Amino acid sequence: MTTIVEPVPRGAFTRRVGRHVGDWIPALVVFGLGLASWQWLFPWLGVERFLLPRFSDVLDAFWTQRDSLWSAGWFTFKEALGGFALGCGGAIALAVAFGRFRRVGAALMPLAIAANAIPILAFAPITNAWFGLLSPWSKIVIAAVLCFFPVFVNTLRGLTSVQPESIELMRSYAASEVDVFTRVRVPTSLPFVFTALKVASVLAMIGAVVGDFFGGSTEALGIQIESSVQLSRYEEAWAAILVASILGIVFYAAIAAAERRALSWHPSTRGASE
Amino acid sequence: MNADAVVSIQGVTKTFAKANVTALENISVDLLPGEFVSLIGPSGCGKSTLLRVIGDLIEPTTGTVTVNRKSAHEARLARDYGIVFQDSVLFDWRTVAKNIALPLELLGWDRRRRAERVKEMTALVELSGFESHHPWQLSGGMQQRVSIARALAIEPALLLMDEPFGALDEMTRERLNLELLRIWHQLGSTVVFVTHSISEAVFLSTRVVVMSPRPGRIRGIVDVDLPQPRTVQTHENPRFFELVTAVRELLRGIESAEEDGTLESELLAAEEAT
Repeated sequence: MTTIVEPVPRGAFTRRVGRHVGDWIPALVVFGLGLASWQWLFPWLGVERFLLPRFSDVLDAFWTQRDSLWSAGWFTFKEALGGFALGCGGAIALAVAFGRFRRVGAALMPLAIAANAIPILAFAPITNAWFGLLSPWSKIVIAAVLCFFPVFVNTLRGLTSVQPESIELMRSYAASEVDVFTRVRVPTSLPFVFTALKVASVLAMIGAVVGDFFGGSTEALGIQIESSVQLSRYEEAWAAILVASILGIVFYAAIAAAERRALSWHPSTRGASE
Repeated sequence: MNADAVVSIQGVTKTFAKANVTALENISVDLLPGEFVSLIGPSGCGKSTLLRVIGDLIEPTTGTVTVNRKSAHEARLARDYGIVFQDSVLFDWRTVAKNIALPLELLGWDRRRRAERVKEMTALVELSGFESHHPWQLSGGMQQRVSIARALAIEPALLLMDEPFGALDEMTRERLNLELLRIWHQLGSTVVFVTHSISEAVFLSTRVVVMSPRPGRIRGIVDVDLPQPRTVQTHENPRFFELVTAVRELLRGIESAEEDGTLESELLAAEEAT
């Protein structure tokens, strides 16, 4: 998995902002063109409302239904957040254990890989049976299982990708295993872990929304999308998707910000040209 | 065995059971205080293994090693030596100052004492002013100087160096050779220096131990009676050429173990994995 590199050039504030605006222009232009075609080009081409309602109508629904949409969004976001915490926490704990007890880890690894190949979303109806239709736990578990594997694999890779010389160096200082773990393995693994956490944030939202589709509280965003479509309120369905997207992007951005803070030493966040 | 010896190696043999290779066979040599001893030989002669046996990073199959009149194991726990590898093994998340302070942190020194020692060490390796840089902001030669400063920070009586300048360009290497000699004169520590450059070994050392591969044995020891301090002119001294020839003669006829497939580094890696 490759790290997404977001260079932050140093220097005067104005220059930094200037560079940033410059970097964003192509993306903004494409985004604007997309919205414009959504609003004017597709209706003009005869695309039906149930396929793609006008953007202005979606915005209208987004505004008039804002209370129920955001409360549903928050409900589902909490499911995603719970699943994220549970899945990532479990994955990191297991990766630490596998990294510490290599033999056991190597022996169980095929099992983990096989488990990863299971299409987790297929379990969504079954988790409803396990935890009860209205319980958020059925969605939390789906989100957690989706988050688990990428975080587990990346953390384990990070913890074990330490140069042998680094370990020899620490041994030459008679460092304890705890010292090796906290001073070498954990910092080495952080770039890997954050890459996985960003992926997991997206997966957690997917898990929670898809989990909602299989039934649950009417407060949930997934249920609202589904019922809006059934009632031919396409604008509301699209507005709910917009809410889910905004929450997903905010979630991702929050983790990316935490990453930049935690990895302030990393060449990719510092601009390696100095 | 010499009672004054800083390092005393008696009948050391090392077999890597897994690869069924005898890396070292019946090695005996004493290193006296203040000596600069190079270990030289073709790839696979066990010179890096011998260095690690002295540092108690690898256990010999038979034979004994004493460092500072203690067993190699006790000496490591007492932090009696510093080690420098071919790769600088600096931690990217630590600044230059914090990399140098790493062994001092492990010794439990307080912040003020650490800062003082770091200042002395950066001055010693002529890197004052670079304390707050990160390793990846430095050239390869500067990184290796930080690595030397870190090894010397605990004022060890013994400095182990495993091809420390092997990855550097010729000009940087010659400059660092002179710097190393200046530091050695200043501190008076004993140095064990692994290299496969004949001229580097002769230029730096007071004695050159020539080794043969598979099994690794001592082929001969060349006393380097070139005047101290060594300077750029030493390279032009006729005696320098005589000694280079003497070492080369000893090495001649030794087949490189590279031809039989496994390299020493691979053996070490295989051993690490067990």
